[in-house]
Amino acid sequence: MKREAALSRRQMLAGVALGGAALGLAGCDRLSNTPAALSILDSVENLTRRVQRALLAPRDALAPEYSPADISKTFKPNGSTDPDDPDYVKARDEKFVNWKLGVGGLIDNPMQLSLADIRNLPSRTQITRHDCVEGWSCIGKWKGALLGPILSKAGLKPSARYIAFYCADTLEQTLDGTGQYYETIDLVDAFHPQTILAYEMNDEPLPVAHGAPLRLRVERQLGYKMAKYVMRIEAIESFSNISRGNGGFWEDRGYEWYAGI
Amino acid sequence: MSSSMPAIVSVKASRRIILRHSVLVRVTHWINALCFFFLLMSGLQIFNAHPALYWGNKSNFSKPFLALTARGDSDGSVVGGVTTIFGKSFTTTGVLGASRDENNQLVERGFPGWITIPSYQDLATGRRWHFFFAWLLALNGLLYVVNLLAGRHFRDFLPSGRELRSIPASIWAHARLRFPKGDEALHYNVLQKLAYLSVIIAFPILVLAGLTMSPAIDAAFPWLVSLFGGRQSARAIHFILAWGLVGFVIVHVVMVLISGVVNNLISMITGRYAIEEERHEA
Repeated sequence: MKREAALSRRQMLAGVALGGAALGLAGCDRLSNTPAALSILDSVENLTRRVQRALLAPRDALAPEYSPADISKTFKPNGSTDPDDPDYVKARDEKFVNWKLGVGGLIDNPMQLSLADIRNLPSRTQITRHDCVEGWSCIGKWKGALLGPILSKAGLKPSARYIAFYCADTLEQTLDGTGQYYETIDLVDAFHPQTILAYEMNDEPLPVAHGAPLRLRVERQLGYKMAKYVMRIEAIESFSNISRGNGGFWEDRGYEWYAGI
Repeated sequence: MSSSMPAIVSVKASRRIILRHSVLVRVTHWINALCFFFLLMSGLQIFNAHPALYWGNKSNFSKPFLALTARGDSDGSVVGGVTTIFGKSFTTTGVLGASRDENNQLVERGFPGWITIPSYQDLATGRRWHFFFAWLLALNGLLYVVNLLAGRHFRDFLPSGRELRSIPASIWAHARLRFPKGDEALHYNVLQKLAYLSVIIAFPILVLAGLTMSPAIDAAFPWLVSLFGGRQSARAIHFILAWGLVGFVIVHVVMVLISGVVNNLISMITGRYAIEEERHEA
């Protein structure tokens, strides 16, 4: 008798636990589509950014760098690997000799820089680890123009708070043009000594699959921040009026603007 | 509250009630349980974005030591799931590598939908759940550890030499479902001590391994990357420890169920734990 009671109690508990779990999981899916719930989950993004930035004091703490022996034999290209946007295809077929990087927005001296101009700017070479948000990592050697001196030369207006990178590739076909790749970073990362506009990868001109002619490297964040096929950079005060307003292609699709983790 | 000598609340003929868990331990226990549940399932969602593990700093895509993949037929539809561990492949259709989606279609998927949050493939949302509960778990764990050290409660989990020598006897007693009674039940037995101690050690390592996957944390603390033998190793350790804790939770729940479920649950809710006095006729 006693044993029976214990069993049924156990069964009841198990039933409650299983039922609760099933309800909970269906609830999780529903909450995952509820803006209010998502904004609660998102509240930690700012916390993460603030704490990580505090830990990165002095603010130019460098991402780990590796030796030539560590370079990945296969470096997985992600996102667009061969953009078919007509302007890009034309520039690519001309080997980017007529291509120019536009520098504009909240700056005193708008510029058009050819690849040759960019190659003559102060540069940095670094062997760093590229961490994809999906979880994998590859190590590559990058050479590029330091972003900081370009921005100093352009003369940022006091209202400039972010740098936007507009890219040649359309990663998703949309009617309103919001499928165009773009990214934004703040000035802390823009002036970081490892933040470069890379034109070489593993001692070769940057391959098309990895963003030729120019890609951004922001070594203390995840791969999706490192825009490929950069066509134009702009100093901006806010990214709320660009595309869907979240500061980047993937940010507009639910990923964090601050991708330090 | 002194932990080594619990206060006796009341004594009846055959049993006494002691205050076994402080309010802080009870609250942090349940918050921890909640966090672990959400972290595990959102973590498997994140893992599903690239269901393979590597050792070292980088991913050698041709040689993961663990990979969950799908087998397709000639026209490209998924027909089976394959789990590959150290080069050996096993068919795991329906659970690992390939499982049925909401339309009952067999699709390529590392872990199946019933064990991930959200149930469908959505890395961005999985990350949001994961980091929210990661913060909660870390702050909750910090509170617990500060209390553990400040109150010197960690002594409750340190087995003595005599206890360590009694491990075989304790295993034998557990196997026969003989659980300590009387004064012996006032403190944890040696298997409990070792199990709880490993969990108290495993959680911080799990959190550190998770943080080592962060490129910003690696810039701030490059030694973390070396400590775990690389970013991909840290990812693998994070995954393995998570499943180690799943193993603990299963054993823990089974033991809670078979060693007096009501008494155990009440003790973790109200703190009051009933101890049966030793009967000498046995």
